[in-house]
Amino acid sequence: MSTLVLAEHDNARLNPATLRAISAASALGAPIHILVAGEGCDAVAAEAASISGVEKVLVANGAALAHGLAEPLGELIVSVAEPYRHIAAAATSFGKNVLPRVAALLGVMQVSDISAVVSDTIFERPIYAGGAIQKVEATGEKIVLTVRAPAFEMAATGEATAPIETVAFTPSSPARTRFVGKERAAGKGPDLASARIVVSGGRALGSAENFEALLTPLAETLGAAIGASRAAVDAGYAPNDWQVGQTGKVVQPDLYIAIGISGAIQHLAGMKNARVIVAIDKDPDAAIFGVADYGLVADIFEAVPELTKALS
Amino acid sequence: MKILVPVKRVLDANVAVRVKPDGSGVDLANLKMSMNPFDEIALEEAVRLKEAGVASDVVAVSIGPAQAQDTLRSALAMGADTAILVLTDQPVEPLAVARLLAVLVEREAPDLVIMGKQAIDDDSNQTAQMLSALVGWPQATFASKVEVSEAVVTVTREVDGGLETLELDLPAVISADLRLNTPRYASLPNVMKAKKKPLEQIEASELGIDLTPLLKILETRAPEARKPGSTVESVADLVERLKTEARVI
Ligand SMILES: Cc1cc2nc3c(=O)[nH]c(=O)nc-3n(C[C@H](O)[C@H](O)[C@H](O)COP(=O)(O)OP(=O)(O)OC[C@H]3O[C@@H](n4cnc5c(N)ncnc54)[C@H](O)[C@@H]3O)c2cc1C
Ligand SMILES: Nc1ncnc2c1ncn2[C@@H]1O[C@H](COP(=O)(O)O)[C@@H](O)[C@H]1O
Repeated sequence: MSTLVLAEHDNARLNPATLRAISAASALGAPIHILVAGEGCDAVAAEAASISGVEKVLVANGAALAHGLAEPLGELIVSVAEPYRHIAAAATSFGKNVLPRVAALLGVMQVSDISAVVSDTIFERPIYAGGAIQKVEATGEKIVLTVRAPAFEMAATGEATAPIETVAFTPSSPARTRFVGKERAAGKGPDLASARIVVSGGRALGSAENFEALLTPLAETLGAAIGASRAAVDAGYAPNDWQVGQTGKVVQPDLYIAIGISGAIQHLAGMKNARVIVAIDKDPDAAIFGVADYGLVADIFEAVPELTKALS
Repeated sequence: MKILVPVKRVLDANVAVRVKPDGSGVDLANLKMSMNPFDEIALEEAVRLKEAGVASDVVAVSIGPAQAQDTLRSALAMGADTAILVLTDQPVEPLAVARLLAVLVEREAPDLVIMGKQAIDDDSNQTAQMLSALVGWPQATFASKVEVSEAVVTVTREVDGGLETLELDLPAVISADLRLNTPRYASLPNVMKAKKKPLEQIEASELGIDLTPLLKILETRAPEARKPGSTVESVADLVERLKTEARVI
């Protein structure tokens, strides 16, 4: 039996998290089909067809699918689920929203946020904000997975040309959920989830102005994405989708620089697998130093401008 | 309008988790347990809707052991009107929780279910979506703003890349994100009053749902520790080491 991966996209481009979900799917050992559901999403289907390891692309086009709403998507996936043993998506806000519905409608448990594929039925996943790793075996006939994207490499694109097949879909009942709008967070730099370097600020920044004045020049100098702790987001220093952690984004960059972040377990859950971690904090006992490769005990208002200068 | 709020009893967010040395699970003995933080937020939202005159009844539900009574008493102290405890001593997976909640939804006929987006023990983030699918009600997960008017609820959701707004016909299922509100502390008089509020107990087995787990937990282990790092003395030292030792810049 094959594996179905749900593509994430904005009707124009594939989200790179999907390429990581494809890698996880490859580890299952079965042929991979990818489902592109949207409206006017042919360009995405073509992009999906070029992913190495993808055997077939299914495309469903329609107004009901335009905004990635969970209800029609869940229904669509269940309607095509029959030949698949595994159904997977990246554990982004999109994948987390849709896949549990599919699992419930199929009567199986979802294995959430897998960080490793041990076999085609056994997976590892973090629990308790990464305080423990659980190894679980899925016993159902069908296995629904969301994939902790940063834990897997990106599948290559470009060479392959998988066949594209159209799937007809009409929702069984009129929509009782309507899309009203989307407000995009203004982000100039690279995408936080996939950036090679992340510079993150915490409560210590003290204001939105300081956050911007200290972190933006450093991030620009390094070509880094900007992240934040929950305290910084709650205080309004940074937009919500910059939050790194248990309940925000999980990042695994080559370099993570934590600035004025104490290192609560909920924050560590989102960044402790970065290759190199730098922490700058004035409290030598801050927990963040427990995971940092390089710790600098200093006042951020002095150290960060100095760092930016030294790097530019 | 009636609102149902499922609340889970979990290890307190401020307590460090300890993995049992034999790999059989995490050690919860004698540790502080609390209401799942997202469920406090969900409950706060329900209570605010009641205070605003939108809702008339807030019912808190927990599925778990007898000790989950404490969690429900906290819910009553925060402002829930009544509580239901579905008693079971075994761990219940999200799908079974959703199925039990679906039975209660049928029985209680709420107009809205507001729950947490994620239980911070298993970090599953599934139950609200599953309940919505099982009962066929619209869903809005990761809510940071909820506005009810007549038969429609407008929800702002925290999603990757920004905020999304959806309009749902009632009845509906909503899951709460961190920034929906800041939950109140229950005042002492309200804690006292909560002791007299109704708390119904039902044996899970009476609800006719198979609770057999579908995921077999083979092992629970501590995460790999990072190798110890070093302290740098100055910004210059840091830059030097990032360039020559770590080679990341
Ligand atoms: C259910 C739940 C989910 C959560 N999810 C997340 C999540 O996803 N992500 C997340 O980040 N948090 C999350 N949290 C919150 C988490 O527990 C912490 O409260 C939060 O991470 C703290 O943010 P902080 O480190 O910025 O603030 P603080 O803990 O207040 O740390 C500020 C740090 O700045 C230092 N400092 C202050 N001034 C200076 C200065 N001038 N120079 C140098 N250093 C200075 C201090 O020494 C301190 O170490 C969650 C909590 C709960 C309960
Ligand atoms: N045992 C339970 N009792 C009551 N509510 C629960 C229980 N388990 C999960 N929930 C609800 O479902 C939400 C999401 O949980 P989960 O899908 O396990 O991450 C929680 O925030 C609760 O609102």
